[in-house]
Amino acid sequence: MSKVNIFTRGLIKDNAVFVLMIGLCPALATSSTVRDGFGMGIAATFVVVFSNLIVSLLRKNIPNEVRIPIFILIISTFVTIIDYMMQAFQPDLYRALGVFVPLIVVNCMILGRAEAFASKSPVIDSVLDGLGTGLGFTLALTIMGSLREILGNGTFLGMTVFGEAFKSAPVIFMIMSPGAFLVIGILKALINKYVKKESL
Amino acid sequence: MKGPALIFLGAFLVNNIVLMRFLGLCPFFGVSSTVETATGMGMAVIFVMTLAAWITWVVFNAVLLPLDLVFLRTAVFILTIASLVQLVEMFLKKSYRALYNALGIYLPLITTNCAILGVTFLNIDNKFSFVDGTVFAIGTGVGFTLVIITFAAIRERLDLAPINPSLKGYPISFIAASLMALAFLGFSGLFGLA
Repeated sequence: MSKVNIFTRGLIKDNAVFVLMIGLCPALATSSTVRDGFGMGIAATFVVVFSNLIVSLLRKNIPNEVRIPIFILIISTFVTIIDYMMQAFQPDLYRALGVFVPLIVVNCMILGRAEAFASKSPVIDSVLDGLGTGLGFTLALTIMGSLREILGNGTFLGMTVFGEAFKSAPVIFMIMSPGAFLVIGILKALINKYVKKESL
Repeated sequence: MKGPALIFLGAFLVNNIVLMRFLGLCPFFGVSSTVETATGMGMAVIFVMTLAAWITWVVFNAVLLPLDLVFLRTAVFILTIASLVQLVEMFLKKSYRALYNALGIYLPLITTNCAILGVTFLNIDNKFSFVDGTVFAIGTGVGFTLVIITFAAIRERLDLAPINPSLKGYPISFIAASLMALAFLGFSGLFGLA
């Protein structure tokens, strides 16, 4: 597999949220605005890139029987780092994401890449794979966040989109929990209808 | 301070773990194809969630706080829960065969269930006492069981319904969950719970 393929696999072909349907909890919970969705995506990208890097560097030293707890420890180290960094530099975002920042540790997308790819691949490939997977997750959350914020709040990154009249009476339920389920359900149905399995 | 009854209702209906907080979606969509498996999963979650709330409360307040190691809570909690689930599985296998047969296959799935870890973090963030934390964990677990069984019943019907092929499977499940969440929005504000 070429380097480009490794990167685009996680970004498009095996997109965690839209194709594999994993990492759904943060995808639905933090996509009520573009900023929250994008922030969550970048945080998860940071964790998956660095956990892939370390797992790949240590892949010859990790005993096979205890590999899963070791992967989890490596992942939780980076989750703790991003947790404290976000608290220090992006306190508003940290408050909005709440419990989902420490919960990045149980995002099966990250453990899945460590187990399925980084534990048996060279360092550069693993970092590229982590970058693709993480940015694919970010892309999915940003798309969902844009749709939900535009329809549910009439804004995009805080800028008014359809004018004041729409903003004063938007489709509020889109930024509440039913909107999250509805948006991903409709997006998944559109993907099923218009994207052929082979072209992915 | 809210009383235990309000904490229970809040966790059970108003801030339902699946439909309002978006935790535990993997089992909600993955193990809800029949009412029977959904019931088993729900019971296993109530059981493990309560035990996890107890043990992480003790670990946090008796070990991490006095030693000033709060920054380790993510790593410590996930390892505690993983070992707890293993221990429970071994204990049930030896001593309570019937219970093991009913819950056994769901236990390994629970280790990576973000609902369990989420509840332990929420307990800490809300600064719950031991009793309040227990009530919160049970209420959350019961709320999870209620929605997963209801959802399984809906999906059993959906399997027989004529559905557009592109909506089959995940999309229609998401839309059904959306309607359930809409219904649960009706509980917000109940007894002044936000």
